[in-house]
Amino acid sequence: MNYVIVGAGPAGVIAAETLRRMDAGASIQLIGDEPEPPYSRMAIPYCLMGRVAEDGTYLRKSDRHFDGLNIEVINDRVLSVSAAAASVALGSGTTISYDRLLVATGSTPISPPIEGMDLPGVHPCWTLADYRNIAARADKGAKVVLMGAGFIGCIILEALAARGVDLTVVELENRMVPRMMNEASGGLIKRWCEQRGVRVLTSTRVEGITGGNPLAVSLSNGETLIANLVISATGVAPNTQFLEGSNVDIDPGILVNECLESSVANLFAAGDVAQGRDFSTGDYTIQAIQPTAVDHGRVAASNMTSGHEQLHRGSLNMNVLDTMGLVSTSFGAWEGVSGGESAELNAPDRFKYLNLQFHDDVLVGANTLGHINHIGVMRGLIQTGLHLGVWKDRLLDNPLCLMEAYVAATQGVGLTTKALD
Amino acid sequence: MQKSLHIDPGKCTGCVQCELACSFENEGVFNTAKSRIKVFTFHQEGRFVPYTCTQCDEAWCMQACPVDAIVINAKTGSKDIIEDRCVGCKVCTIACPFGTVNYNQDTGKVIKCDLCGGDPACASACPTAAITYIDADTTGLDRMRAWAAKTDNTAQASA
Ligand SMILES: Cc1cc2nc3c(=O)[nH]c(=O)nc-3n(C[C@H](O)[C@H](O)[C@H](O)COP(=O)(O)OP(=O)(O)OC[C@H]3O[C@@H](n4cnc5c(N)ncnc54)[C@H](O)[C@@H]3O)c2cc1C
Repeated sequence: MNYVIVGAGPAGVIAAETLRRMDAGASIQLIGDEPEPPYSRMAIPYCLMGRVAEDGTYLRKSDRHFDGLNIEVINDRVLSVSAAAASVALGSGTTISYDRLLVATGSTPISPPIEGMDLPGVHPCWTLADYRNIAARADKGAKVVLMGAGFIGCIILEALAARGVDLTVVELENRMVPRMMNEASGGLIKRWCEQRGVRVLTSTRVEGITGGNPLAVSLSNGETLIANLVISATGVAPNTQFLEGSNVDIDPGILVNECLESSVANLFAAGDVAQGRDFSTGDYTIQAIQPTAVDHGRVAASNMTSGHEQLHRGSLNMNVLDTMGLVSTSFGAWEGVSGGESAELNAPDRFKYLNLQFHDDVLVGANTLGHINHIGVMRGLIQTGLHLGVWKDRLLDNPLCLMEAYVAATQGVGLTTKALD
Repeated sequence: MQKSLHIDPGKCTGCVQCELACSFENEGVFNTAKSRIKVFTFHQEGRFVPYTCTQCDEAWCMQACPVDAIVINAKTGSKDIIEDRCVGCKVCTIACPFGTVNYNQDTGKVIKCDLCGGDPACASACPTAAITYIDADTTGLDRMRAWAAKTDNTAQASA
């Protein structure tokens, strides 16, 4: 069996390792176009903070790891796929044929259609190459404008703040992390950052960038900011261009079924490029998070192996974010479900917030802010569909007793035999 | 035979010697807030439940780690954090369905139970044998493990 994987990020690497475990004798080729050993882009902010060097982002630490597993890592770019010929064409001119193909090509940042996005000193923060460009300009005291305060933008914010730059954040929507936190908690994150010297402009748009170093950044509020560095974190688009003409259904990610197989036989997709099943909604969407990339890589690989079928019930959408020491999380259906109930605890003075969403006596979603202990239990409660019984009412009274509720429900304290069914 | 922690909540008196021993062994201070094992108190039912990582086979924390900073200890089977590699991203803290990996804001790294390398201080400190370190197949962790398996995103349709 000949497996070819396009994309050497987390989804591709986990898939390659899973394939090796399940099919000892197969040929496995892992093709990645970045001139680095396979690495994790989500570790880049920690490089910027100086917590690790570049090699701290590598997915596997031994340079013999892939050789040792007899996985051939090819540094090249796939230009096109021919499903009819079951082959991929590489930038170097070579053609590689496959029995099963996995597309794990992730996504690429998109720039807003404004003047100046191609100027030197204007960069996304997506690759190790971007990291080097940013590190070269983000010195202590440098004036930096960050476009976008979504999840990725806020993680970059943390790294930039740690470098001691003079930071202004510009966000189009009315709050920070609008797709992860509600207004109450998103507002607290903004206030927290402002109190620590970061300027946060919400409901504001960058209209154009001109100049050299410094750059001049004009805003929709009429202001012009001077900047040594502009970082754009304004969204991404899945890398599917090379699939043109291959008949793979795309919307805008690659559409997959519960086996993570695309509309074309023997062609699978995983990670940020795939529209996989969401645990909470059952819809097929792009989640663009590391744990989902890992889930996909593992499940796709298992289905690529002959004689195996492993259905993907859906990954739970979950995020954890640290903005200058304030930790926030979101899990699943944090906006609530129809007919559900919720519990909220809002202590804005202490920067603490908790929002639990229930359907019957099952936790289905949550947001937290300012809580760092035992937070994983929310994933456990949601994903196992644990019936909380009497503990649901106790949680409505006091959402803080979440861990007690969980321990009790799994150990049978004050409960209901339903707990573990 | 690999050993694991066996917790018998029925024997726990809530003295928190385990928490003190854990924090001293691992953090060098007697501070229950820094313990990797925690005793939960249920006043209404009059019960105490010590609780820590089960070293589950699924190892959600290890799978989710983006930088290979969580590895299996070959001697004890525990899932250990390699501090030098941990970047403090906290993805493992939301991935662990038991909530037993926590972020330490002082160090910027995560912490979890590592069975003290094979001689868990909590078990040695427990005066009532509510926490013991014994052969893995007699610990009755199965119930917890069954629950961990339910977190799996997949259903095995055929094998
Ligand atoms: C700054 C930052 C912070 C983040 N923080 C978090 C976080 O805290 N938590 C979290 O869950 N997620 C986070 N993420 C998101 C997470 O990194 C992604 O979800 C994850 O990397 C997706 O993995 P993947 O393997 O699908 O894609 P990628 O990691 O993008 O890897 C895809 C690879 O395929 C290559 N490729 C693309 N096209 C081709 C081609 N035609 N031929 C060959 N190779 C190709 C790409 O160059 C890339 O190397 C963060 C991302 C960034 C950028």
